[in-house]
Amino acid sequence: MTSPAEHPTNERPERSDRGDGAQPPKPPKQRTSSGSVEGAAAWRRLLRIGRPRATRANALAAVLAIALGGAIAAQVKLTNDRDLGQLSQSDLIRVLDDVSLRASRLDQQVRELEATRDRLKSGVGTGSEAIDQATKRVDTLGILAGTIGAQGPGIVLTIRDPDRAVTGPIILDVIQELRDAGAEAIDIGGVRVVASTFVGDNDGTLTVDGAGVARPVVIKAIGDRKTLASAMSIPGGIVETVRQKGASASIAEQSTLQITSLHTPTPMTHAKPVP
Amino acid sequence: MIPVLGLVVGLVVGLLLDPSVPIWLQPYLPIAVIAALDAVFGAVRAVLDGIFNDKVFVVSFLSNVVVAAFIVFLGDQLGVGAQLSTGVVVVLGIRIFSNVASIRRHLFKA
Repeated sequence: MTSPAEHPTNERPERSDRGDGAQPPKPPKQRTSSGSVEGAAAWRRLLRIGRPRATRANALAAVLAIALGGAIAAQVKLTNDRDLGQLSQSDLIRVLDDVSLRASRLDQQVRELEATRDRLKSGVGTGSEAIDQATKRVDTLGILAGTIGAQGPGIVLTIRDPDRAVTGPIILDVIQELRDAGAEAIDIGGVRVVASTFVGDNDGTLTVDGAGVARPVVIKAIGDRKTLASAMSIPGGIVETVRQKGASASIAEQSTLQITSLHTPTPMTHAKPVP
Repeated sequence: MIPVLGLVVGLVVGLLLDPSVPIWLQPYLPIAVIAALDAVFGAVRAVLDGIFNDKVFVVSFLSNVVVAAFIVFLGDQLGVGAQLSTGVVVVLGIRIFSNVASIRRHLFKA
């Protein structure tokens, strides 16, 4: 349809409503060869009108189309990678909200992590404290039980009795007096004195824990040496008792005394710790 | 063909060259693009209605762009830039839709 003269190029400049609308009720006067078309004819017309023509208007249209394409591309690019500077106020507020929300969330996380860290730290502290305490306790109990050597200030009590008059009960009294005076570790003739220690007499031979003790009897005690010495030498005390038996006792205070004898604990067969 | 080719060429050139839009142009470019698109669709519809005119197309294209930019400028000056821009976009969008509907009826008879 409308083959040859379809170009309505310059013959109706009065149709000014088209670019911005192309109102359907078109004046009948510009029915040149065109008019409204439909279907295949419409496609053909589109192709024909799009063919390059060497008119100035056509060149202008091409330029405008290129400009439009470039503008679209630029705008798309601009929209995609615009930074804070090009954001609108509401966008900025939203970004700010996001950031502050995120910051507060991270703040809370930091607080939680710090609390955890502090807890772990203090846990480590109490752990090492507990280990310290336990070590001290082990030392104390080891000294009391006689399983480890001990050193410290104390006295050395030497009983010389050529008549063998000093018997088990007197040694027992010595131990009792020393304990009363606060002795923490006692050694009699090389035998460590512990809770289960027993003293005996075997035909004039003194035995401690079943082991014979050579005379003169040397008793070492670690504790406050003044207290221990005075406890031994008070009137009616050990020194006087021994002297009454015809023997002699001498006390030597030492600032550093070592007791290296050990007691081998027997395993408990009946007693179990109360949980 | 020429307008479509021009559009494609422009798009490719724009994407390849990565033109930096001047600051003063940035507020007006989106609206101007919408207005130009409206002119283009109007032109296609005019072709199918048989009332196309190159000169009118060029003039309406340019005037659409200029008027759209001017409206945005005026809105910015009056402090209602965002609202006015929205209004212009809505109006142009409606026109584009009605033009496309008309083109569709021409081309597909539906």
